[in-house]
Amino acid sequence: MASYLVRRFLLMLLTLFGMSVLIFVMLRLVPGNITDIIFDSAGFVNPAQKARIERELGLDQPIVTQYVNWIVGLARGDLGYAYVSEKPAIEEILPRIPVTAKLAVLALVFSVLFGVPLGVISAVRQNTPLDYALRVVSLSGLSLPSFWLGLLILMAFVQWFGWIPIYRGSDNLWQELAFLSIPAAAVGFRASALIMRLTRSSMLEVLRQDYIRTARAKGASDSAVNYRHALNNAVLPVVTIIGIEAAFLIGGLIITETVFNIPGVARFLVEAIRWRDYPIVQNLVMFIAIVVVVVNFIVDMAYVVLDPRIKYEE
Amino acid sequence: MAVIDHDAQLSRAGANVRGPLGSLVFFVRRYPLGAAGALIMLAFVGVAVFADFIATHDPLTTNARASLARPGGENVLGADFMGRDVLARIIYGARISLIVGIGATALGCVIGMAIGLLSGFFGGWFDLLVQRLMDIMQSLPLLVMALVMAASLGPSLTNTIVAIAIPLVPTVARTIRSNTLALREMPFVEAARAVGMSETRIAVQHVLPNTLAPLIVLATAQLGSAILVESALAFLGLGVPEPHPSWGRMLSESAAEYVRTAPWLVIFPGVAISAVVFGTNLLGDAIRDLLDPRQRF
Repeated sequence: MASYLVRRFLLMLLTLFGMSVLIFVMLRLVPGNITDIIFDSAGFVNPAQKARIERELGLDQPIVTQYVNWIVGLARGDLGYAYVSEKPAIEEILPRIPVTAKLAVLALVFSVLFGVPLGVISAVRQNTPLDYALRVVSLSGLSLPSFWLGLLILMAFVQWFGWIPIYRGSDNLWQELAFLSIPAAAVGFRASALIMRLTRSSMLEVLRQDYIRTARAKGASDSAVNYRHALNNAVLPVVTIIGIEAAFLIGGLIITETVFNIPGVARFLVEAIRWRDYPIVQNLVMFIAIVVVVVNFIVDMAYVVLDPRIKYEE
Repeated sequence: MAVIDHDAQLSRAGANVRGPLGSLVFFVRRYPLGAAGALIMLAFVGVAVFADFIATHDPLTTNARASLARPGGENVLGADFMGRDVLARIIYGARISLIVGIGATALGCVIGMAIGLLSGFFGGWFDLLVQRLMDIMQSLPLLVMALVMAASLGPSLTNTIVAIAIPLVPTVARTIRSNTLALREMPFVEAARAVGMSETRIAVQHVLPNTLAPLIVLATAQLGSAILVESALAFLGLGVPEPHPSWGRMLSESAAEYVRTAPWLVIFPGVAISAVVFGTNLLGDAIRDLLDPRQRF
């Protein structure tokens, strides 16, 4: 167990190292940097001025040096300066994290709250009209683009209340959460569709096991079989889904924060990408990767704890 | 060549399957939802191919007098701020959506398949290296990776396809690899080796054809997300550039304002995206049930 943990942890570090290289390379696939954008919009290029700006931003150094500088800075918590705002990148990123985190947690709660029970119902009532209806709902959840869902929600607000919910940071946590629950529903709907499908198939798999048949043969009631014997075992794989969800949710957050104009970190990524603000994009994408990798690591560990059948011994 | 014959399997299972038409009838009766999905897909492909004949307006012609025209009358689904016909833009948008969706899926599948086959069949250091790389790529959300790729490659049709294809590679490579690992141990591979076939020939002639079924399952499953990512990129302003009409861009930022003033500009492109993705998902589910019996419930 301990050796598995250590091995898994080292692998995680290796993944993150590879990630940093990948991000760094991806951002420099094509020639051109922020100085080109600045001079593009100005309509003329002054080579001396351009060289000066590049030197200030450290863009004139060899690519390997740029990479090493980034990683060393990252380790010290120094993320460099945002090109556009000329503020330290960390000052731009940190204040935007809480909103996104709240939104993500709400969306996750929403998706589990709806996804798991509906998936179980769908499996227990397999091939009934209810099952078909739920499957169509979950499939449509995966088919609606999240930005459109967000726009539809806005439209419903205009239709029924005559106003559009606009995010204002609030000192009152509950007030803020109440507002955030609207976009969270937009993100969570899609995510709950995924959870629902996976719960359903996991539950169906368990329902076909021998011990379920044994339980039925011994005369256990339907609900005892479904909810005591089956659900307990079916929920385990659903835990792993949360790992997949992390990546899935972040995609939804980027879109939804843009639609609802929420000043979170996900929308900020899109803005930074448009500006080719390397320090911001690089660090934000790295941050996202760290979140996904760490969540998956924790989920893996939780799995070992939750499922006594799994033993990692070397 | 040892390829699993699905028709033969179905006949043995008692299904009345004769010829391509018989298979079609079987499919429609066994998977009505999948058939509906296939019909939706076919309709969109038809619209995309025959756009020139179907559209009553040019999707790019602006018309100041028709600016924000309501649906009905001259513009059936209304017109946008520049007076361009929404229906025509949706019809031509089907082209972009399908070209990018199908192109990216195909490209991602071909690359993933080659990597998965090489890595599963030959193993060794290449396999190790590739698996780590796939791990790394998978720890970035699809949309984030596509965003970064699209932004750094720059806006164009080809670049959008590439930007969506690359993030799809790890899933495909993973599945094909694990499939190949299982196939490598099959008796027919051993038999081929016994008659002195070269490893490369075994890989291409015996293993490759048997990975096609899971590949088709994967491809249909990925097609929906590829189309969604295309629309998301376009929505965020990083997709296929003007003047191509793209559904996602029709909904881009200004849409938040039109929610109040011109809802038709928001509703119809979204319906188009949802319908085509819903169709691919229905079809994908049915194909998975058909070709991958272990997943069938």
